[in-house]
Amino acid sequence: MQYLDFEQPIAELENKIEELKKLSNVSDGVLDKEIESLNKRVEKLRSSIFENLTRWQRVQLARHPDRPYTLDYIYKITENFVELHGDRYQSDDKAIVGGFATIDGQSVMIIGHQKGRDTQQRQYRRFGMANPEGYRKAYRLMKLAEKFNVPIITLLDTPGAYPGLEAEERGQAEAIAKNLKMMAMLKVPFLTIVIGEGASGGAIGIGMGNEVYMMENTWYSVISPESCSSILWKTWDYKEQAAAVLKLTAPDLKELKVIDGVIPEPLGGAHRDHDAAADEVKKQILKSLKKLKKMKPEKLIEQRIEKYASMGQWKTVK
Amino acid sequence: MSWFKRKDENIQTNTRKEMPEGVWIKVPTTGETIHKRELEDNLWVDPLSGYHFRIGSEKYFDIIFDNGKFKELGQEIQPTDPLNFEDRKKYKDRLKEYQDKTGLSDAARVGVGKMNKLDLVVACMDFSFIGGSMGSVVGERLGIAIDHARENKIPLIIISQTGGARMMESVLSLMQMAKTSAKLAQLEEENVPYISYMTDPTTGGVTASYAMLGDFNIAEPGALIGFAGPRVIRQTIGRDLPEGFQTAEYLLEHGFLDFIVPRTKMKAKLTKLLKIVLHKH
Repeated sequence: MQYLDFEQPIAELENKIEELKKLSNVSDGVLDKEIESLNKRVEKLRSSIFENLTRWQRVQLARHPDRPYTLDYIYKITENFVELHGDRYQSDDKAIVGGFATIDGQSVMIIGHQKGRDTQQRQYRRFGMANPEGYRKAYRLMKLAEKFNVPIITLLDTPGAYPGLEAEERGQAEAIAKNLKMMAMLKVPFLTIVIGEGASGGAIGIGMGNEVYMMENTWYSVISPESCSSILWKTWDYKEQAAAVLKLTAPDLKELKVIDGVIPEPLGGAHRDHDAAADEVKKQILKSLKKLKKMKPEKLIEQRIEKYASMGQWKTVK
Repeated sequence: MSWFKRKDENIQTNTRKEMPEGVWIKVPTTGETIHKRELEDNLWVDPLSGYHFRIGSEKYFDIIFDNGKFKELGQEIQPTDPLNFEDRKKYKDRLKEYQDKTGLSDAARVGVGKMNKLDLVVACMDFSFIGGSMGSVVGERLGIAIDHARENKIPLIIISQTGGARMMESVLSLMQMAKTSAKLAQLEEENVPYISYMTDPTTGGVTASYAMLGDFNIAEPGALIGFAGPRVIRQTIGRDLPEGFQTAEYLLEHGFLDFIVPRTKMKAKLTKLLKIVLHKH
């Protein structure tokens, strides 16, 4: 388990408990009482730290290297996953995965950004940063879902669309723009969940659900705190402040009415208990599908367009 | 003598940097100087080199609409500071500062009028207002333009000049990509023509939404057009970018533009195109 900087006090206590446990095995359980009291202390400590997370700390949790990724959720939540590949023009982008599956016996199309777990996998998945081919694959899969009247679920987890030379050459902007316009008119129920990082156009490029949820320790913004710092403060050093002013956490977006709700995570973050995190995500999916599947295609489109058309805040001056 | 004659001689310039004061103006690409009157008569395009000086909504409206006449929509929509955003400056103060400096209330305006007698809705961004960044007001005003085009079946032109989404409105700016694209999807249903006219620069979330969604994607010569900025891409790939990368000419070559047209020929060419698709001969 990797500990984040602000989790150091937890790490120290947990290491101590581990040591005592080893000793306890040797000494026939005389240390059990002490271990129990330390366990209580660590739980208390964890609660107090996680009740008062700063926005930057949530960004750190959203990027935790042990956090469950799209395929982890897919394998834990769905049955019969059939992964589908390729945009039919250029290649198969590994930074976005998707395919048909069933969830509790219901057919779904599930698509998400995919990050890698180790160095090799991270490069293979391009750190979850998709090229135009990724967005075009998502386009194709969403239209397939519509054709077969299957609800769509997208899981967002990207530090942004890939800012590379070939990405520009092959129309990164055009690929994302086309997706936005297409997603508005989809005739099937469409649910979006931010499971990690939701950075800018790269995130919303597959994220125009009828309902949008964020997991408790995720972020969603027009720009990453680091890039925001470098542009507005002209240095990378103000990422904490940038995270604070960008108001990019799940509770922030709920308050801004950009998302429909926050999906709770196990104490300490989703990476602490993948099964528990997946259970919560599944619960929300089933709840949302039940509601959205009752809506007729025209109503789904109307609701979606109305939802996004009403986004933004301004004043009206006569 | 240019084909276009300015009616109103007292038009003030919006932006100091792009529109230098003084009678003689230096062309940045060639270093030559040109008389302001000559430049104005040629719609702020250097007749020698073809360099396009950046102009804002006021001048584009003047160029496009017959006799410079149009009705403005969406002026009542005004910016606020929804997130109480503060970096080295408060967003509130920044808004005020740009409003005072430019005389604009935000980075896009909407005009309804006629272009060579064709009814037309034009939404035009202003780079001089916080880098032409797209926040809630830009999104809402564009929404008004798109709705007006759809409800009245009038062709729409959106003129982009922008660094992308407005950071100071964070996720609300991001949502404007979805908002404008959704409205364009509705416009599509009515078969109303939409022309996206990209000027220097058109980048970020604007390119990745309405700018790339035209029935016709058109650009001014030499305009920088892209998703990620050149600096970011250079950092990613760790080497210099090829000559002409992300220019209008580059995009045309890669299949993302229908054509490039100089500002001086834009009105005539767009009229010709619209007349064909509207069957008005």
